[in-house]
Amino acid sequence: MSDLNLLYTDVEDDLRSSVRDLVAARSEPASVAAVYDGDRSVVDPLWRAIAGDLGLAGLLIPEERGGAGASAREVAVVLEELGRSVAPVPFLTSSVVATTVLLAAAPGGAADDLLAGLAAGERTAALVLPLAAGPGDEAPAFAVDADGRLTGSARSVAGALEADVLLVPVGTAGGTAVYAVPAADARIEPVVSLDMTRQLADVTIEGAAGQELLGGAQGGDAVARALEVGAALLASEQFGVAQWCLTTTITYLKDRRQFGRVVGGYQAIKHRLADLYAAVESAGAAARYAAAATAEDDPDAVVSTAVAQSFCSDVAVKAAEEAVQLHGGIGMTWEHPAHLYLKRAKADQIAFGTPATHRARLAELVDLPAPVPVG
Amino acid sequence: MTTTDARTVGEDLRQRVADFLAEHDHTTMDRLDFLRARYDAGLAWVNFPEGHGGLGLPRALQGQVDAQLAAAGAPDNNPRGNGIGLGMAAPTILAFGTEEQKKKFLRPLWTGEQVWCQLFSEPGAGSDLAAVSTRAVREGGDWVVNGQKVWTSSAHKAQMAILVARTNPEVSKHAGLSYFLCNMDAPGVDVRPLRQITGEAEFNEVFLTDVHIPDSQRLGDEGQGWRVATATLNNERVAIGGGGGGRESGMVGVLAKSWREHPERRGVGQHDKLLRLWVDNEVARMTGQRLRQKLAAGEPGPEGSAMKLTFARIAQEASGMELELLGEEGLRASDWTMKRPQHVDFTGRDAVYRYLRAKGNSIEGGTSEILRNVISERVLGLPSEPRVDTGIAWKDLPR
Repeated sequence: MSDLNLLYTDVEDDLRSSVRDLVAARSEPASVAAVYDGDRSVVDPLWRAIAGDLGLAGLLIPEERGGAGASAREVAVVLEELGRSVAPVPFLTSSVVATTVLLAAAPGGAADDLLAGLAAGERTAALVLPLAAGPGDEAPAFAVDADGRLTGSARSVAGALEADVLLVPVGTAGGTAVYAVPAADARIEPVVSLDMTRQLADVTIEGAAGQELLGGAQGGDAVARALEVGAALLASEQFGVAQWCLTTTITYLKDRRQFGRVVGGYQAIKHRLADLYAAVESAGAAARYAAAATAEDDPDAVVSTAVAQSFCSDVAVKAAEEAVQLHGGIGMTWEHPAHLYLKRAKADQIAFGTPATHRARLAELVDLPAPVPVG
Repeated sequence: MTTTDARTVGEDLRQRVADFLAEHDHTTMDRLDFLRARYDAGLAWVNFPEGHGGLGLPRALQGQVDAQLAAAGAPDNNPRGNGIGLGMAAPTILAFGTEEQKKKFLRPLWTGEQVWCQLFSEPGAGSDLAAVSTRAVREGGDWVVNGQKVWTSSAHKAQMAILVARTNPEVSKHAGLSYFLCNMDAPGVDVRPLRQITGEAEFNEVFLTDVHIPDSQRLGDEGQGWRVATATLNNERVAIGGGGGGRESGMVGVLAKSWREHPERRGVGQHDKLLRLWVDNEVARMTGQRLRQKLAAGEPGPEGSAMKLTFARIAQEASGMELELLGEEGLRASDWTMKRPQHVDFTGRDAVYRYLRAKGNSIEGGTSEILRNVISERVLGLPSEPRVDTGIAWKDLPR
């Protein structure tokens, strides 16, 4: 266990400000809420600004492959801000998960063009797996024939609606391979999702031609690694969600009066907020630790990811539930943005493995085995 | 500081320790002389200023110094024997003491020649610490102190104490306090054991009758006692809750060991509960690590209160679960005889002791309820409950 730096650098603080300013300018809560009513006009311009104008889509991609050569630490800061604003952009699915899959391909191969396109913010990719799939879950449901044509389907895929290229895990005799298929060649059916700010889609491919990016010897590890990194960094998004819920609720309760007093002055409320503060601060440390361990490829990264997912998932949900409750009636309205955070938090809890599955992984990792069933 | 600078500083420090060891042979030197020399070389607490046992370096580097000296087989200052001195008195003296006070008290404190205790709580002033009624009255160059203190750990072996007393009853309660450094061997100091639910007496009642303290042992200005005490309490909460241990430190480590070594104790419903506690404990470790990295730059603020809140909850849940895992064995306690423990180890003795002692974790150093007030008011900026004790002279408060 190394002494990872858990503080934010000046560069990371600057990055945070630029993301926050941009999101504030380009995505209002009302326009985000509109995605639930089918108006997704906020998505494209916001994503283009984040990916292209700010150049954040290439953070994880090394400079020699056209990216910014940053690390999971900077990506985590971006995700904190995107969580804080429930921004409906495919950053996590394209710039983190799909990008991590592609980075497993050796330079000079078929993945290069795609990586350069992602880095430039000109293209968007999605890994075709259910959003609920976590590290260690079985991957492929797709098959390939001798002519390189793919068949299969996957339910509840995040990021597919925004993608122009799909990364498809394919079962082969040599293991899981990864193929690229143009999104236009797949049937992508939008799903009415719990969290419409990360809307899911059912993806079906019936004989579309695919290009092999990673062979059976590499693809499985690349997908597993991508899910691991996705889970680790999702914790930072969850921390951002939780932090918004906490600060917004406190601001409201400093203002709201009942029985002639500010509601935030009642001890029954203050103590709940103090507990929530302790939990959210802890979630911040856990998320930061997982990001730092991932960035440095620390031997502790896998454990810290399971810890962060087990902890931050529940804290984000708790914070969102408290936000709704402590806002009282207004918290139950469509008009107030609290529900956007509740839906994101609850969906994030299930995404990349539930807290219980992460604890089950942890049981093996740290040698705390489950009891052997009797009889 | 860049990473390169940090590495250079670390290497310089390693060299400094090596030079110190070359010049001071601990195998032939008297233990105390060795410790005093270590203090004078700035290797006691490197984050303290030069001349006061330190080198003005980041706090994080202390671990490296301790490890290097321990590896060489050098004696240490038995930090567990003087937790209040090292964790609470020292940072407060450093922050508020005069040069003379720092020179006089910090070195014997660090070497362990003087063990410290804390005369804060009173029978009538627990959570409401600012209501203390122990009086200090000026008499020539001295203060004469009368009153009763309680929950004083280490009082029976301490040479010195940090003391909060009322110097002016005519003003509001927070404004009338002053902070003193009290000699425990002074005439009029009477220490009596206070037995706890564990059967032991690690705490004491301390009766102060016409105890003389020279004005030179007042820490901070007259009437500034509350501010000085607050600094002490912030350090205390970090000392109790800040951990600093590694993975599986504390009660969760005990629980995990029991789980691994006794498959027959494992229950299906308990597995997820154990893992949740393990995760909470690990996250507390990370939160403590981050807090210490923040502290490397400054003094502890009220954020330490959140750490202590978490620590108490985990310790109580884990120790309760440990007894449950033990089943029938958990019904058997080992010893209820009244004893004076040498030092307190929350994870020591047996499971029954651990369960009972952990109950104190949410009371000592600020109850969890008071800590939630501190967090909500001083960190989150929420208003306090309507109060009936402000703007009134202490002597006129209802009691």
